[in-house]
Amino acid sequence: MANMPVSEMRLPPHLAHLLAARRLDTAKVSPPLPFLPPPPVAGLRPTPTSSNPRVRLSIQDVLSLPEVELMAVLDAGLPTARAAVAHVSEAACPPCQTALALLEERVRLGGGGRLATTLCGLDEALGGGIPVGKLTEVVGPSGIGKTQFCLKLALLGALPEYYGGLDGRVLYIDTESKFSSRRMIEIGQKSFPQVFRQEGLAQKMAGRILVTRPTSLTDFTKSLEQMKVTLLQHDVKLLIVDSMAALMSLENERATGFRQHPLRWTLSFLKSIAEFSRIPVVVTNQVRSQSNVDGYHFSFEVDKKDGNNCTGGFDSHLVAALGIQWAHAVTVRLVFESHSGHRFIKVAKSPMSPAVAFPFVVETSGVTLLSDEGIDVTGPEITSIRCQGKNVLAQ
Amino acid sequence: MVVMVLFAISAGPTGSSDLIFLLRTAPALPPRLLIRRPVSRRSSADRPRPASHRSSSAGSARSSGSCCSSSSAPPPPRRRRFLAGGSDAGRAVATRRVLDMGAGENNPLGAQNAWDMLSEEQSQKHITTGSGDLNGILGGGIHCKEVTEIGGVPGVGKTQLGIQLAINVQIPVEYGGLGGKAVYIDTEGSFMVERVYQIAEGCISDILEHFPHSHEKSSSGNKQLQPEHFLADIYYFRICSYAEQIAAINYLEKFLGEHKDVELCIYTSQVRIVIIDSVTFHFRQDFDDLALRTRVLSELSLKLMKIAKAYNLAVVLLNQVTTKFTEGSFQLTLALGDSWSHSCTNRVILYWNGTERYAYLDKSPSLPVASAPYAVTGKGVRDVSSNHKRVRVT
Repeated sequence: MANMPVSEMRLPPHLAHLLAARRLDTAKVSPPLPFLPPPPVAGLRPTPTSSNPRVRLSIQDVLSLPEVELMAVLDAGLPTARAAVAHVSEAACPPCQTALALLEERVRLGGGGRLATTLCGLDEALGGGIPVGKLTEVVGPSGIGKTQFCLKLALLGALPEYYGGLDGRVLYIDTESKFSSRRMIEIGQKSFPQVFRQEGLAQKMAGRILVTRPTSLTDFTKSLEQMKVTLLQHDVKLLIVDSMAALMSLENERATGFRQHPLRWTLSFLKSIAEFSRIPVVVTNQVRSQSNVDGYHFSFEVDKKDGNNCTGGFDSHLVAALGIQWAHAVTVRLVFESHSGHRFIKVAKSPMSPAVAFPFVVETSGVTLLSDEGIDVTGPEITSIRCQGKNVLAQ
Repeated sequence: MVVMVLFAISAGPTGSSDLIFLLRTAPALPPRLLIRRPVSRRSSADRPRPASHRSSSAGSARSSGSCCSSSSAPPPPRRRRFLAGGSDAGRAVATRRVLDMGAGENNPLGAQNAWDMLSEEQSQKHITTGSGDLNGILGGGIHCKEVTEIGGVPGVGKTQLGIQLAINVQIPVEYGGLGGKAVYIDTEGSFMVERVYQIAEGCISDILEHFPHSHEKSSSGNKQLQPEHFLADIYYFRICSYAEQIAAINYLEKFLGEHKDVELCIYTSQVRIVIIDSVTFHFRQDFDDLALRTRVLSELSLKLMKIAKAYNLAVVLLNQVTTKFTEGSFQLTLALGDSWSHSCTNRVILYWNGTERYAYLDKSPSLPVASAPYAVTGKGVRDVSSNHKRVRVT
């Protein structure tokens, strides 16, 4: 919306001429494609001020410049500047919908609102499956089954609809080179034997899964840019990024000044792709250890800090990588953890699910739930990640 | 016999004069010394109205008429006024009337006196949050005409609370609610319609539980107690960048004006709450220039406060957390910085305490800091003691 060219906004003529005279147009994307955030630039973009009025204005400038500056840049009086802001705001503001209209649209899409994972208990907890149009995160310690889960999802994305799939292409971004098509076919043969017995179907399914292996963040960024077009042209129905944390750590090796920046841009980009293309986006995340409980309490909770130290000491204290900003931004977070000899999938963050955990194992047919009845988890335990692996060397 | 003594000391244009009026009313009553008010030069211009009120409010027993007769016409400048003596109530009323300055030619300041504000505040209804304990620390619920900021760690229930408020504001007036509509500005995409439907159903079932003799249709006929009607009154905006966020808030004023005029019946249903979920997201993503960010945010908060006051609605902003290095260690704090923390009238922080979710009222102009537990159940935000297990959506 904010990238609409000014000629398409229905502004009053005198304002339209004024803004056009200041070259207030958006040169970023052509009209048919939806709004996507621009890639980051190394330096600060020059903003138009009264001293250099030749710099191009954008919608963001009109809305964020102070009134006096805007008056100087537009060379107009205060009422005109205010009227310009009001009209541009009205045009740039996304259309309003009532929640009832959203519900009716969801009902109209039917089952298209979810990607069923074939893990019945998890699907029920998530309200049908992985939500479409939102960012879902799978986080857990290494070797617990995240990639296996993603392989199964990739398969489900490619399967025809009468087998419960999305019947479309799948884009799998593999940063750690963990994608194994042999393993994926094996999962397919064990989980959906009737499908894979048919001649040529396995090849067709596998042919729908596009795997890219970016070696750096700039590669990833470039491929995402090209993906905008790919998504629309090739009817991609699922996007899997495995794993996000590896990409960010690649970038950190070069010690650029913008440590947080690539993450932020990638985050907005993934969210907007999910939303506009109406596809589920699944991202994998790693864990890192946290040695102390710093950064976990508010200032008014200071007196409680000492009490918690001893309880958290026995399990290895793991937290999800990529920070708290990432944790806020994802819509659904599935935590894979292991303790007391079993592995669990926990629905840690979801706008519409209760806090439940399901025990699972990884078999030849991929990730399978041991029980469809979830175990209710109370308190902040739902977000904690525990890993008690077997230490072979200790025996 | 009425004796009146009037002293006018140098009522000339340059002198500063004090007028002392002695009024002897009835013989039985002692003479009363009238209140002498030191008056500034300018204010005599805005005195004619109080003067005329004073003559009517002082009562007939006080024959201040003769003193006031000269004041029925607009007084010449520098002529001092006096306040009628009399009973305390009369004096209080007269004082109040003098101080009562509505905006207009009599009141260039556009101020409102504290007594009027108090009576207005006491008649305001609050938006219930669904949990009695939480309402208790908030003084009854979310206040209208104020901006409330609610922040917390991911997964603690900020969006749940936001959706609950969007539904609770629509509780009809006869059941103790505001009967208003809601505007929900979603920047993160966490607004899930099925969950809203579930919460609306929960709210309706609670209403029917507390008011068992009501029918499906409320008595005024305005709002049927159906979840679809509740959903139809939530206006949803999906924002994808900070420019759109600013544009939406600028446009909001026009939007509210349009929706105010449409319904002219007595139980006018207007927007009574604006929820922004979350105000932080785009400002953390897209900004390199922190000075610009601070300025844009402060303009945003001023506009929101203006909307809250002008349209008598509540503004609820949901915020994220970040870590800050204070007092030698990293602690959690709400995002967007220190300058933003001054912008909101009230601040509530949601956190985990043991296995329960707690809400901590961190900043409020009239209430003490306090904590209260709450729970997120299948029906929405409720008290901890209630036994509603969170039911999964089928």
